Amino acid sequence: MTRKEPFFWITVSCGVVIMAFILLPLLQMITAPSLSMMNSTIQDKDVISSIWLSIYTALSAAGISFLFGTPLAYFLARTDFRGKRLVESIIDLPIVIPHPVVGIAILSVAGKNHWFGQIIYELGIRVMGSVTGIITVLTFVGMPFYIDAVKDGFESISPRLENVSRSLGASMSATFFRITFPLAWRSMLVGIIMCCARAVSEFGAVVIVAYHPMIAPVMIYERFEAYGLKYSQPVAVWLVCLCLLLFVVLRLIALPRKGEK
Amino acid sequence: MIRTEGLNIHLGDFHLRDITLSIAENQFFVLMGPTGAGKTVLLEALAGLVPTRSGRILINGRDVTRFPPEKRGVSIVYQDYALFPHLSVGKNIFYGVHYHRIDKDIARRRFSELVEQLNIGHIVKRRPGTLSGGELQRVALARALMVNPDVILLDEPLSALDPVFREEIRIMLKTLHSTSRTTFFMVTHDFAEALSLADRAAIMNQGEIEQAGSMQDIFSRPESTFVADFVGMKNIFSARFRDREAQVGKHQFETTLRPSDENGYIAIRPEDIVLSTTRLDSSIRNVFHGTVRRIIDQGFSYEVHVRADDMTFKSMITKSSLFQLGIREGADIFLSIKASAIHVF
Repeated sequence: MTRKEPFFWITVSCGVVIMAFILLPLLQMITAPSLSMMNSTIQDKDVISSIWLSIYTALSAAGISFLFGTPLAYFLARTDFRGKRLVESIIDLPIVIPHPVVGIAILSVAGKNHWFGQIIYELGIRVMGSVTGIITVLTFVGMPFYIDAVKDGFESISPRLENVSRSLGASMSATFFRITFPLAWRSMLVGIIMCCARAVSEFGAVVIVAYHPMIAPVMIYERFEAYGLKYSQPVAVWLVCLCLLLFVVLRLIALPRKGEK
Repeated sequence: MIRTEGLNIHLGDFHLRDITLSIAENQFFVLMGPTGAGKTVLLEALAGLVPTRSGRILINGRDVTRFPPEKRGVSIVYQDYALFPHLSVGKNIFYGVHYHRIDKDIARRRFSELVEQLNIGHIVKRRPGTLSGGELQRVALARALMVNPDVILLDEPLSALDPVFREEIRIMLKTLHSTSRTTFFMVTHDFAEALSLADRAAIMNQGEIEQAGSMQDIFSRPESTFVADFVGMKNIFSARFRDREAQVGKHQFETTLRPSDENGYIAIRPEDIVLSTTRLDSSIRNVFHGTVRRIIDQGFSYEVHVRADDMTFKSMITKSSLFQLGIREGADIFLSIKASAIHVF
């Protein structure tokens, strides 16, 4: 074996430091609470409802992104037009805006001082301090991740497959459902995972729009503020475990089967 | 039958201009041209996949210019086959049946006929990902023909194949064409392919049709320097014509025809220039003396460049003739060209 240059050892040691940086705090947090504490935490009704609310609102945000984002992602993948870059940048804006600012921005149109806020108020929709508000915020921050993943998925499918389908007699919509969708559903699932992951971790925007009902990150923050580190850890561990389980299951479904390409 | 009338297409910076073509029913028509000439764009326009700016497209007498692709009765076969990767070969072939209201029994009979004709019976249950290029192309052809289209559009169907499969698919295309009533419209950049398959052809360059007509006409009577070069006339010179004589620089050529204009071109195929070490004792009047400048090995033959005063000729010679005549760079040589081998335009 040839002797490795010092540069090689620099790259390896940087890697080790980063691995430790990521894993050490997480491992410490996961192993800190005792089993009995974990057990009593999960029997706490407030904890269950907040974790459930977190997962439920994140999945709702992903569902809304799926419904509205899929056609847009398809449009962006298949069409070239003047200003396309601008549209794509606008879609990615929520990724770069600081989280509390997102909350403030949403409240400023949903408030009664704004014509839009007035309309939805008349319709009986409440954003401030409601599940609707949480879902709105999570969709806002999660949607770009869904659209980007699915757009990449559509772009990887040759338009020629769609052309052939059309020439064989299938309409545009039949082609989408018989060719494009079956070839792109995995990227949609990946998009849903990305969107959910982003949504579940949202805190800054949610506290501004809806401190109550309490999603898990808000509850973790509250317990930390009120009772200290020890009492916030078990909730955090449960949230991480349940989310990981959910993502692993989705990811397994998204993996290509043997013999499929 | 396909007719295009004054078709104009704008795609970004690329334009197809005034494309007027007429292709009879059940003809094997080949559209040729170099890469980037716009052949595939025209093919996709016929299929309704590219918007046209002006002009008309008629298929079997129907004006389909504003029709969506699924209403045109046109099947398309791409160079990269474009088989649906998530469907088995059988399902790929059956894909269009659903939309053409073909009776189930007729569809099944048609399927087994095509499968047998194209020799793909053993792979109907397999997915496209596991097939060879030749098999993929045969499946793509079966899928396109299954719906009994008025026109089948073939986009360079042979160029992505290995030489072994290429020959096989070429013969298959010829057989399929002779046994079906479908009009074949093929795009290729390979002149030899066209020569072996086409009844009629057109040559396209930079978005315009340079020449259209019978294959024989295009091969032996090109109307422009571009077409002459494309069909392999490598010696093209601008000339002044007087009676049956063409003046090129200091040289005079005897020709059998002359163009209507006084100024024009002469074009000669390399294989029609006979090389000899002594002046040939024959009736050929066009004999020139020159020096061998370059010898280019082309595998089965050699291309010999000969400089005669102010002209350079490119001649083709077999390996054995090259050795027999002892031709080497710098040697003196005679060139003989029959008057009938000189194409004028």
